[in-house]
Amino acid sequence: MSVVTRRSPGRVGESVTRPDAVPKVRGEFAFAGDLWADRMLWGQTLRSPHPSARIRGIEVAAALAIPGVAAVLTGADLPGRNRYGLEHRDQPVFADDVVRYAGEPIAVVAADHPETARRACAAIVVAYDVLEPLTDPAVAAEAAPLHPDGNVFRELIIRRGDLSARGPIVVEGTYEIGMQDQAFMGPEAGLAIPADDGGVDLIVSTQWLHNDREQVAECLGLPEEMVRITLGGVGGAFGAREDVSLHIHSCLLALHTGRPVKMVYSRRESFLGHVHRHPARIWMRHSADADGTLVSFETRIVLDGGAYRSSSYHVTANAACFAAGPYRVPNALVEAFGVRTNNPPCGAMRGFGAVQVAFAHEAQMDRVAEACGVDPVELRLHNALAPGDELLTGQRITGTLPVADVIRACAAVPLPPPRVDDVLARPGGAGRTSDDVDVHRGVGFAVGFKNLMYAEGYDDFSTARCSLTDGVATVTCAAAEVGQGFVTLVQQFARTILGVDDVVVAPADTSIGSAGSTSASRQTMMSGGAVEQACRAVRVQLLARVAHEHLESPVELDIVDGRVRSRDGTIDLPVVDLFPGETFEATEEFHHRATTPLDADGQGDAHVSFACAAHRAVVDVDPELGLVRVVHLATAQDVGKVLNPVQVVGQVEGGIAQGVGLAVMEELVLERGVVRNPSFTDYLIPTALDAPDVDMTLIEEPEPGAPFGAKGVGEPPTISSTPAVVAAIRSVTGRPLDRVPVRPHDITGL
Amino acid sequence: MTESYTLRVNGVVRDVRDAWVGESLLYVLRERLGLPSVKSGCEQGECGSCSVLVSGALVCSCLVLAASVSEQEIVTPEGLQSDERGALTTVQRAFVDEGAVQCGFCTPGLVMAVHELLARDDAPDDLAIREAISGNLCRCTGYGRVFAAIRRAVADRDADSGVDT
Amino acid sequence: MTVLVPTSLGDALASLADDPASVALAGGTDFMVQVNEGLRRPERIVALGEIGELRTVRREGDELRLGAGLTYTDLMGDDVAVVVPALAQAARTVGSPQIRNAGTLGGNLATASPAGDTLPVLRALGASVEIASAQAARTEPIGAFLTGPKTTSLRAGELIVAVRVPVRRGPQEYLKVGVRNAMVIAVASVALVLDLDRQTVGVGLGSVGPTVLDAPEASAWLADRLRWKRDRAVVDDPRVAGEFASRVARAARPIDDHRGRADYRRHAVEVMARRALRRCAS
Repeated sequence: MSVVTRRSPGRVGESVTRPDAVPKVRGEFAFAGDLWADRMLWGQTLRSPHPSARIRGIEVAAALAIPGVAAVLTGADLPGRNRYGLEHRDQPVFADDVVRYAGEPIAVVAADHPETARRACAAIVVAYDVLEPLTDPAVAAEAAPLHPDGNVFRELIIRRGDLSARGPIVVEGTYEIGMQDQAFMGPEAGLAIPADDGGVDLIVSTQWLHNDREQVAECLGLPEEMVRITLGGVGGAFGAREDVSLHIHSCLLALHTGRPVKMVYSRRESFLGHVHRHPARIWMRHSADADGTLVSFETRIVLDGGAYRSSSYHVTANAACFAAGPYRVPNALVEAFGVRTNNPPCGAMRGFGAVQVAFAHEAQMDRVAEACGVDPVELRLHNALAPGDELLTGQRITGTLPVADVIRACAAVPLPPPRVDDVLARPGGAGRTSDDVDVHRGVGFAVGFKNLMYAEGYDDFSTARCSLTDGVATVTCAAAEVGQGFVTLVQQFARTILGVDDVVVAPADTSIGSAGSTSASRQTMMSGGAVEQACRAVRVQLLARVAHEHLESPVELDIVDGRVRSRDGTIDLPVVDLFPGETFEATEEFHHRATTPLDADGQGDAHVSFACAAHRAVVDVDPELGLVRVVHLATAQDVGKVLNPVQVVGQVEGGIAQGVGLAVMEELVLERGVVRNPSFTDYLIPTALDAPDVDMTLIEEPEPGAPFGAKGVGEPPTISSTPAVVAAIRSVTGRPLDRVPVRPHDITGL
Repeated sequence: MTESYTLRVNGVVRDVRDAWVGESLLYVLRERLGLPSVKSGCEQGECGSCSVLVSGALVCSCLVLAASVSEQEIVTPEGLQSDERGALTTVQRAFVDEGAVQCGFCTPGLVMAVHELLARDDAPDDLAIREAISGNLCRCTGYGRVFAAIRRAVADRDADSGVDT
Repeated sequence: MTVLVPTSLGDALASLADDPASVALAGGTDFMVQVNEGLRRPERIVALGEIGELRTVRREGDELRLGAGLTYTDLMGDDVAVVVPALAQAARTVGSPQIRNAGTLGGNLATASPAGDTLPVLRALGASVEIASAQAARTEPIGAFLTGPKTTSLRAGELIVAVRVPVRRGPQEYLKVGVRNAMVIAVASVALVLDLDRQTVGVGLGSVGPTVLDAPEASAWLADRLRWKRDRAVVDDPRVAGEFASRVARAARPIDDHRGRADYRRHAVEVMARRALRRCAS
């Protein structure tokens, strides 16, 4: 597929080049790890090797004695609280008396060379009483509490309709999803600089500057105004940067030493130092009429949240609310649990609970289809949700949700051609494991959906400022650009609304109000909404000024092709030339419409907006060896409006690759709470030889209340791509394959 | 235990003084010679973000002992210039135009790999392209726009009679 | 100086003799990973990358002498690929282009990982390793050289100089299983070599034992049952392939680890042996 880009300044709907593309391609773009300051020290973290232990003592004298070491700090050195957390402060900045996961921070060091800092960490002596870890989420709820808050982050029940209703066709199964990691390419990095006012400036790769600032300030015992956070260049996020990592550590070291402190995680530390996708075990039972109409749905979902809460409360809700998939289900019972164990903490990863349940519900739908003797695509069309229908939570869909359209459009994409006779085109690649006769092609189909934005009554908002002077618009917004291309949209919006070409995107920092997190596919609506609102406010000011100058009514004025024009044509002025030296400025907050919490039966208008996608996977499988090559993914996605075609294509292709990874190769393997493969050697993500070709259709049904009607596009590609791939492998092998990632021995049936 | 030596980087001889003997070329390029385009993604040779050319061969600079390559020509992404004005190379331009850049962390290393590919194969087919960049992990793009950028670079080089890369 | 970069083998050996605790550094693809993780802190390094005489390919009688400094990319070149195609196939499966440009044949041998990709091919070929020190030189068959997981018979002050590979006229194959289609450490691998002149069969197995294994019983069994012709070997009885494969699988001694299960590895060896034979014999 080919998407042509425009080099010249472009507006909404065009494939505009991103403003940071040239510096990035030259290698001049500054990621947080590229920053440098005079007199800078390097920080390093000492982490627990044990998943569960009591700390008897920490001795730092030997570490402090190493030449070049400026500081060795523990929880005792924190001026404020030794607790942080995304919304609930349940997690120690440094483990104090007890360790709850392997990788938990114990101490930090600052030294003049990263190698010195590493050696100093190794010289810290920690006396542990090693305890037996709780690693089985199935027993966590009944087990002795690992934490004063107990072992259950959330128990959410959804009851809908008649819980005794049953159709004649009954299908049940238990499904397992392994621990996926976001595995962004740019490891955690930040530079903390102590300020003259006793505060601290932190430049960091992150997803939510203001939420970070709250936590840093609390833990350092500082007022928020004395903690200033600027977004450093981010090398991908996918949910893993929503929680604080090195933020408090580096600021503490900087304030203690009086010098700038840089911290950059190694890859190994990165795998240990951020949250992962919740592993899940899901039981489901569907019943249907003989024609495939779904009658009832029951599920029990257990998500392993690991040692600390992070966003487990909300991941559990998402899994519950979207557990049945984008289908009409009149009667349902959902029991979802997010539990605490001594496994590594889990939190946000692109797809956020919907990924796990989609693997289960799509496997179930294929089995229902087979039991009913109905074509699997037809079964999904037959039950597809549409606007006006109710979700499991009783919420009526009032926005757009073209489930039937994405299904039909995806199914209509032509199949790929037969494979070429080249070893690299077969499973096993250069390993030459198969000849053509050993390889069989399979096709699988899946559909998924989830919410966009936050939920359950949370009053989410974003802030943006637009400032227009001498024909140059400057837009300020603290939305974290993590690679998704929000900065491009900012320029496109401002150009479209104000009719100027030159748009400066100001650095994202805490000098302006919060933009919320880059997550939940929310920035396009929330920060895009704030930017749109601010630009429109400036436009109103500008037109009012022109109207006043020309004794014209503002309603007669419009901006067209970069010019202010009156309806009768008497006023026709280029925007860039208007009111030299004067500034028109507006700062706006965008809020989405109100949502409600879920009641005791899990009912409520809890969500703002939804998006769906369908995927069809074509795989080549070598069943004797259990090796797979994912050849092609067709997809149709509900995007509301395409704001920038090439960026949408990139997000869809990237999300699909992550879905493919979960299907066939990605898993953090735990052994008694310890990660066995915290490296790219053994945590395998798709390479260029593993990536499928992708053909997509983008369905545009504008979403009410969203800027230009656009929906966030980041998450849907990760939801039904995984089950489509596994369905395709099932079609070749006949194996149930109820676990992802599918491993060779699952396919061979050993 | 320190070393002092010289390195020939992007055509210029650079001094490295009092460096710890175990420093990788990646560390020296970034932290001592001010060339941050070379990215540290794994320090194990698994991600390719640190890719440079050493005597024309594409290698991971994290796996090169800096003190051992003073006789070799090293080229980093900063050294890829099509002319004195610093215009983008055809490959870089193609990456920009085809939307092959998202977070950009893998991009400099990837651009090095593509330059090296096109220096030895001016008409690579799809599988040759995939194999040539199989050592460069990208988490954002799923490689689709990267393949498109490489195809465009090949076509544009043909149009420019393959002058610069 | 603590990093020496000799340009001749003699100088390198002399440097090693001066301080046998020195690290001999070739491609760095194993060594530097450990340095970067803080697991090794070198004090004296003898870097071998500038020694041209270690990077040669020479036909000597009925042997091909491969310099230890040849990179995997070098091994994919025609001067090796035409004569020892299975070695070129194995080299292509190693890591990535970046790793193949840096990693060396000598490094693969010295590191002696049970998953080393050239090792099953060299075992199946019956290769031998040329070793030198400042005082002496010796040549050792690869089976004796590789003594266990990540251990060899190399003594302090010794360097691998070359690998001598018997030139065997006939079909040969290297198959390697990995979960991903690029950049994987072998979960299991099989090399099969048929020598039409000597009418012998060689097998090498990777990642299914403490070191690379051969399968002498299966090899001899197959050699007896092939109908050897001048330009190919023929399998007359369709049951031979399956029986050969299960005998090869019996020679494997796999373990469970985070990369694979023992029962799967044994099964994979059997499948690969059967397919290798299918390609090598009609």
